[in-house]
Amino acid sequence: MPPNQPAVRAVGLGKTFQIGRTDSRATAVEAALRFVRNPSRRGAASELRVLDDLTFDIEWGSATGIIGRNGAGKSTLLKILTRVSPPTDGRIELAGRVGSLLEVGTGFHPELTGRENIFLNGSLLGMTRKEIRARFDEIVDFSGVEKFLETPVKRYSSGMYVRLAFAVAAHLETEILAIDEVLAVGDADFQAKSLRRMREVAKEGRTVLFVSHQPQTVLSLCTSAMFLDRGQLAYHGDVEGALDLYRRSYEKFAVEQSDPSARPGSGEIRAAEVQVGADQYEPEDEKVVTVHVPPHPAESAPYYVSCHVNDVNGTVLLQCDSRLVGGWYDPTTDNTVELRITSPWLKPGRYTIDVFVCGRVVLDSWEGAAAFEVYPHNPYPEFATDDAFESGLVFPRFQYKVS
Amino acid sequence: MAETVVITPPGRFSVPHWRELWNAREILFQFGMRDVLLRYRQTAVGVAWVVVQPLAAAAVFSVVFGRVAGLSSAGVPYFLFTYMGMLAWTLFSTALSRSAASVVGSQALIQKVFFPRLIVPAASVLSSVVDFVVGLLFGLVLLVVYGVNPGFQVLLAPVVALLFLMFGLGIGTAASAVMVRYRDVAYVLPWLIQVLLFASPVAYALDAVPSSLKLWFEANPLTWYLELFRYTLLRQPAPPAWQFVGAAVLAPLVLAGGVLVFQQFERRFADIV
Repeated sequence: MPPNQPAVRAVGLGKTFQIGRTDSRATAVEAALRFVRNPSRRGAASELRVLDDLTFDIEWGSATGIIGRNGAGKSTLLKILTRVSPPTDGRIELAGRVGSLLEVGTGFHPELTGRENIFLNGSLLGMTRKEIRARFDEIVDFSGVEKFLETPVKRYSSGMYVRLAFAVAAHLETEILAIDEVLAVGDADFQAKSLRRMREVAKEGRTVLFVSHQPQTVLSLCTSAMFLDRGQLAYHGDVEGALDLYRRSYEKFAVEQSDPSARPGSGEIRAAEVQVGADQYEPEDEKVVTVHVPPHPAESAPYYVSCHVNDVNGTVLLQCDSRLVGGWYDPTTDNTVELRITSPWLKPGRYTIDVFVCGRVVLDSWEGAAAFEVYPHNPYPEFATDDAFESGLVFPRFQYKVS
Repeated sequence: MAETVVITPPGRFSVPHWRELWNAREILFQFGMRDVLLRYRQTAVGVAWVVVQPLAAAAVFSVVFGRVAGLSSAGVPYFLFTYMGMLAWTLFSTALSRSAASVVGSQALIQKVFFPRLIVPAASVLSSVVDFVVGLLFGLVLLVVYGVNPGFQVLLAPVVALLFLMFGLGIGTAASAVMVRYRDVAYVLPWLIQVLLFASPVAYALDAVPSSLKLWFEANPLTWYLELFRYTLLRQPAPPAWQFVGAAVLAPLVLAGGVLVFQQFERRFADIV
């Protein structure tokens, strides 16, 4: 690797989408008509600035996480770095081949066999036939599908499919590897194996770029991180610092969302208020959420409510959908819907609640509608050191018996 | 060590990056393999299908144009005459329609992986070539059956076929790029191909055309390729020299033009498709 040149250098990188023109995905006839009516203007295009003036260097051998809220431009940035989509301004220098793992199984064809797909997919990801042949056994071994190599992948279970696809991509020999969310697939074993593989890649002195919505994974894989906020590079440095900003951006967002007109959803019915029973809970307490939906006399179809409980990293821990327990509500009456969560116990920390009011479509989507804290107490009968409960996202209620 | 790649916003005019295309030849091959494998694996009759199509078309055309309309086939058995015509025509029309539809059909890939986009239309015609070769081999059998000796011109047949292919691919490549933005190309093209099939001397000989209209038929480049192709295989009198030259010059020009049109749209595909 060239010692004095970074793996990736971006200067003044920007991307603008012209939404007006692409949305009215005209036919040639329409376009011609529009031109005849109004030859001076090329359609009233409104512009959306997705990335704005990003300048950064990424060093060799680093694993850099790219985090940010939905729509912050993470995926767009990765698409530009992998040359799928061109920048609108600025310049990027890549000091090596970029392999991308943008979505597992891209380029897999269901009718082709596992073996054929390895070659097809490998070539798409930039490998030569020789390279693929040289690593073929390794790929098959990693995926664990050797018995089904001659079977069309349409007959694969989704687990096998994903494992094979990841195996091909994980054995790319490109100097820079860009990954979008693929580690969130497969069972826990396979995830651990994939993470290990990614760490190896970084250790070999190659460079990993990793977009994720799961701060957990960024924390365990990356050596540095970027935090994107509405298209701008708000932070580039150590992982802790980026995650800290990421969490705080959620709180800021919650304040904005309390204004119903600022929220997504079709808006025929909107919740007026969301409350939690208490600001602080013991881990084992029953958590209560009440959603107040005022009457909307103009509506007739019943609606349901779905509450998500997210941990501090934005991972959805619990989804409580009222449909699952027969909760459909009359929009013409004034309803205060009460949700009681009795299990599982929650770990100490801060939790936010997203509330969705839905009918045939999402009527109101209120992210960060409420929040509560769980005390740092141990709900279990015995005391143990931290390593007894630091893995796992929640506290399960369980028993052991010996017989 | 790989060279440094510099990414900048798309400029005003862009020409293909030949080195990158060459490096991506493996993708071309794999795409071609995929299309061919799928076509022959999924159909019950497999390879036979490729021969049955021009055979059936030739049979229908022989009856309709030869018997019902009583048109000329320039002294060659009508069935053989239309079979060869359909063979060349199918190469052109499938190359055109497959390459035109290729980019929109590969949108999932184009939005996720980078590779030289020109590979997509180029690979889409490989299966047309395979179909053509199978059809041609069967055509040679027909020549023996009918006792037609084409003479040494037969060696020119692949060259004519290649030119015809380039012609179709050139138009198709341009159409594929335009189709990304304007989907109505997808509706116009099949209709156009249908019209051209009857407007060109595929199922009838040029001497069946009234002399008042002959000029129009001879101005149609498709006529040149069809006439040339049958000249190389059916022992027909040679077409005028200007048609030879025209056919040889036009095809590379159309292909180059198609590639240039494609190139101007190429980098924005992922944002639009």
